[in-house]
Amino acid sequence: MPLGPGDELEPLEVTPDKYLTVRYAGASGDFNPIHIDADFAAQVGLPGKILHGLYSMAQVARALTDAGGGPQSLRRLSVQFRGMGLPEHELTVTGSVREINDGVATLEATCEQNGKRIIRNAEAELQL
Amino acid sequence: MVGRWRHRAVDHLSPRARGACYHWHLMAINTDVIGKTYPAMTYAVGREKIREYALAVGETQPLYLDLEAAREAGYDDLVAPPMFAVVYGLPAVAVALFDPEVGADFSRLVHGGQEFAWGPLVVAGDEITTTVTVADISERAGNGFFVFESVSDNQHGETVCTGRWSNIVRAA
Repeated sequence: MPLGPGDELEPLEVTPDKYLTVRYAGASGDFNPIHIDADFAAQVGLPGKILHGLYSMAQVARALTDAGGGPQSLRRLSVQFRGMGLPEHELTVTGSVREINDGVATLEATCEQNGKRIIRNAEAELQL
Repeated sequence: MVGRWRHRAVDHLSPRARGACYHWHLMAINTDVIGKTYPAMTYAVGREKIREYALAVGETQPLYLDLEAAREAGYDDLVAPPMFAVVYGLPAVAVALFDPEVGADFSRLVHGGQEFAWGPLVVAGDEITTTVTVADISERAGNGFFVFESVSDNQHGETVCTGRWSNIVRAA
């Protein structure tokens, strides 16, 4: 079904498991110890191993490409990271279409965990 | 307030005066490095690396995982998800982030924001060359802001992704 102004994205829900940050570190090459070493994370004042921001952004991208009909649809994505995401807690991506111009939809999206937006003000362009 | 001379300047002071400068000393930033561009780095995109990345982020689209499906859809090989831009871009961004001239304290570093704009899709077998520039360095309320821009081109000279990577070094 083609997207129209005001349409909501199909919400995407995912619960990263305990070892997700290790797999994402290996897959992405980002081995910052705050993501994979609970002792180190505690030493620098974090509540525990935190999710990579770019993993959470990848969930936003996944919701968008699913809505757009594939990877070729996603032309641009811009996010602000706020707060810290944690493994073993559900992430929910929601969003909506702000406008459509010349076959390009502009969308807004957020990624929320435990009632807190860890990604807010995400802006995207999908080629329809 | 340029990082280049901060060490020498502080080293001349008495221990007490140095203590007074401590906060400033930590967050001194080197704005001279804005505009610095690093040598391009090339990343060879592997089929199994695409699968590994796609599975790690929970992707299920066959284009990323199933070679036959990707070929039937008209691609030469497995397609990389858009956010695979992190995989081919990060090695080049890391060089800038760890550049002593940039002077970002990695132990206090958090990712503040990210923007990508994409061109043609990347597929396994592509060679992606990324060039990184220091776009901005600034300080607000004791926090250091480090912004890098990346341009990634494929072996045909097409720009497959541009990125803007915003990092924050939290105040001590």
